[in-house]
Amino acid sequence: MDNAVLHIADVNKSFGGLHALSDIDLQVMEGTTHAIIGPNGAGKSTLLNICIGRLAPDSGAVVFNGEVITGKQPYEINQLGVARVFQTPEIFPDLTLLQNVMIPAFARRDGAFRLNGWQMASHQAEIMGQAEHWLEDVGLIGLRNRFAASLSRGDKRRLELAMGLVQHPRLLLLDEPTAGMSRHDTNATIDLLKKIKARGMTKVIIEHDMHVVFSLADRITVLAQGMIIADGRPDEVRGNPVVQEAYLGGTNP
Amino acid sequence: MDAFLLQLLNGLDKGGAYALIALGLTLGFGTLGVVNFAHGALFMLGAFIAVLVNRLLRLETVTIDPDQLTPWGTPAEIHTPLVQAWLGDFGAVLLQYSVPLSLLVAVPIMLLFGVAMERGLIRFFYRRPHADQILVTFGLAIVLQEVIKHYFGANPIPVSAPPALSGSANVGEWLGLGPGVYYPWWRLVYLSFSIVMVGLVIAFLQFTTWGMVVRAGMQDRQTVGFLGINIQRRFTIVFGIAAMVAGMAGAMYTPIVPPDYHLGMDFLVLSFVVVVVGGMGSVAGAVLAGFLLGVLQSFASMNEVKDLLPGIDQVVIYLVAVVILLVRPRGLMGQRGIMED
Amino acid sequence: MQMTTLRQEVLFMAIFTAAVLTMPFWLEPLGASYPDLLQKFAIYGIFAIGFNILFGLTGYLSFGHAAFLGMGSYAAVWSFKLLTMNVIPAVIFAVVLSGIFAAAIGYVSLRRSGIYFSILTLAFAQMSYNLAYSVFTPITNGETGLQLSLRDPRILDRTLDEAAGIPFPEFFGTEMNGYAGFYFCAVLLIICFFISMRIFHSPFGMTLRAIKSNQSRMGYTGFNTRPYTLAAFVISGMYAGLAGALLAVTDPLAGAERMQWTASGEVVLMTILGGAGTLVGPVIGAGVIKYFENIFSAYHEARLHEIFSFMPEPLQNFFVTITAPFVGEGWFLTLGLIFMLIVTFLPGGLMEGARRLGGLVVRRKSQQEPDKLATAGVGAQDHG
Repeated sequence: MDNAVLHIADVNKSFGGLHALSDIDLQVMEGTTHAIIGPNGAGKSTLLNICIGRLAPDSGAVVFNGEVITGKQPYEINQLGVARVFQTPEIFPDLTLLQNVMIPAFARRDGAFRLNGWQMASHQAEIMGQAEHWLEDVGLIGLRNRFAASLSRGDKRRLELAMGLVQHPRLLLLDEPTAGMSRHDTNATIDLLKKIKARGMTKVIIEHDMHVVFSLADRITVLAQGMIIADGRPDEVRGNPVVQEAYLGGTNP
Repeated sequence: MDAFLLQLLNGLDKGGAYALIALGLTLGFGTLGVVNFAHGALFMLGAFIAVLVNRLLRLETVTIDPDQLTPWGTPAEIHTPLVQAWLGDFGAVLLQYSVPLSLLVAVPIMLLFGVAMERGLIRFFYRRPHADQILVTFGLAIVLQEVIKHYFGANPIPVSAPPALSGSANVGEWLGLGPGVYYPWWRLVYLSFSIVMVGLVIAFLQFTTWGMVVRAGMQDRQTVGFLGINIQRRFTIVFGIAAMVAGMAGAMYTPIVPPDYHLGMDFLVLSFVVVVVGGMGSVAGAVLAGFLLGVLQSFASMNEVKDLLPGIDQVVIYLVAVVILLVRPRGLMGQRGIMED
Repeated sequence: MQMTTLRQEVLFMAIFTAAVLTMPFWLEPLGASYPDLLQKFAIYGIFAIGFNILFGLTGYLSFGHAAFLGMGSYAAVWSFKLLTMNVIPAVIFAVVLSGIFAAAIGYVSLRRSGIYFSILTLAFAQMSYNLAYSVFTPITNGETGLQLSLRDPRILDRTLDEAAGIPFPEFFGTEMNGYAGFYFCAVLLIICFFISMRIFHSPFGMTLRAIKSNQSRMGYTGFNTRPYTLAAFVISGMYAGLAGALLAVTDPLAGAERMQWTASGEVVLMTILGGAGTLVGPVIGAGVIKYFENIFSAYHEARLHEIFSFMPEPLQNFFVTITAPFVGEGWFLTLGLIFMLIVTFLPGGLMEGARRLGGLVVRRKSQQEPDKLATAGVGAQDHG
């Protein structure tokens, strides 16, 4: 448990004159669920974007599993075992749901590139089984042959989740996984995330919904204006006056 | 040195044509976000408007003069162009100046054509992928050139410059380079024409309120829309202007290269390269790149260069485009983020 | 786009094979069953199938595939000139060379996407075309085009009789003209179609579709997309090279005009017309275009008068006048118009049209038998 899977070391990032992140130093321990919360514009999504190689930090580095991953291509980072569930659904609208989930499963099995042009996709029983399994877990199995473009926003989020989970990543980054979902679906998602926690997947979760955060998180980091203002166990953070002020003084959570 | 100067001038007038076409292309792209593969065909249409005007002016009346006899003893037929018959000497002058005159015809026709094209076809493709835009305008280009081929035939049709301007200017003497450096007058005219046109378009966009609104709309279409300005209509007109500029460029080009129906395609590929090199959506970039590539191509076709690098004259423009696209995808003066990925 | 089972594939392949091999018979009533045209159907079918592997699956619109077509023709003719009149080495030589050529061009062009990719490929094709006309004249024979001659070395055929005049490409003794030429092309078309079908239904094909659908997501999903797109580019370049070689097999000469960008435009057109991203669409598109090109360009005014002869004279003249620009020389005008109409109203091509029609029929039926809708709906989507 003492082993840090992800270490964000002194990361700085600014856009023009705006300091999006200042000296962020953060460790995510193996097997934990680590929540990052904070008002809008606190730099949470920027932080995740740096972790998966979408943005490059101005200074500092991200170390995953003892390896510096800053400067690597996004696909290399993913192949090392970091997957992300996006805030705005990034799915494959022209593919069916089943194919949407099979694609990440192929990436996990075959690596970044494999000229697998001969065997039929429908004969990959193992991959298809995994995909169906996760579609079932997120409750979309009935729609498996629909095109992803036709889904509602909430369903797209659930598809995203299945796409992240099917890869069995060592580290899963979840960017507001329940945004746009009904209360019922949100609770189902919490249950699902608890279930995979039992299997020892490390997760970083960004969330506005405090119900979700306090149901899942082992540790919470609070960001405001690009700085860490609090970091600790949920009960510690909940009672922290600085955090309360940041939330009450800033935008509503 | 003389050869150098000549090549420079040679390149500049060709560059002028590139710049004028690329200007329109990049405007259409910057305003409407449309990739128009039919833009070269508009250049070609302009050229054929000049041909048509020339033909109309030459319509003749035939009178039979019983006093004059042909060598066979029949009364001679005297052909008189109608304009000359009606307007006398002035008509004769009009006939000589058919190419500049055709601009008067080309301006309204091409403007209307551009607007009609945008309203009738292009606007249905705003929300479609760029591939679809390329394809439908490619189809339109084929249609336009085939229509022209049907009416004017497949062979190039020579059109002469006004006689007063058809000789060569003794450029060498003016510039104190000594005798022997000659340059066709019409090419000088074309060069000045293209510079003036480019200047007019840029001034129009830069200094008139109307143009400023258009430029603001190119930057941020939504905000301008919120201000209650019908930006779409202005963009449509800009598209018409782009078509008009291409058409005028084509009409004026006829004395330099006799137009045939696939003139447009030849220029299109090159002007796309010009737009890419200049930067998609950048007006100044298109102009700069147009002249630059024209000159570059002209230098590449010098014998000294060709001996050194055989075939370079054929590929230099494309090579430049490839290098630019790989090294600096937004082009020389393009803005960051426009179709860049 | 459902998953297909092996049985469906076998059935589909059997139907396709039968349809291609019996083309000389069922095209008879349409007046299209002469060897020259049949060969073109097969050759351009291959070209379009290959183009579709790139454009239909990855969405990368290349405007430079004619370069590979021309490359294939030149390579095949050189094989005839230097090695042997047997078509096998010529075809292999052409496919390998155009594959290498495609790898080089693709490697550079695929660094950009969207319209920039189109322009890069266009630029490369124009360069090839210009060079073929100028500096490479010793290899391409410039404007005249590359032809066979009596003085060709033909190392492997030395023992053959030389007084017989210029030989014709042959397949172990069978000359590749007429129906023999068609069947050779047809067999290759079937093989090419089979390969393309496997690619479409494989994980590789699915990955390519995913790249088309959302390329940036592919990176975050762990795919290095560039080798995938490059592989698709090279495969489609090899198909184009094969088509070029077959053009030379059935008529052993090669000219630079095959590399011109209008030729690239033609294959784009065939693919779109049939339906980009569908399996059989491109073959149908190629067939339809080559068929109508053939029919329309053969028409002329006298023929039109015959067709409209059932009408009274003035009406007849009127119809002849308005239709005349579209036939004969005017075929390209018709082509351009069809193209615009298809892109505007039926972006999915003829295949989508067929599907829509099928959908209409199913819907009408289903109003009477509601329970059949589900099964029929799945079937209609099957070979998407």
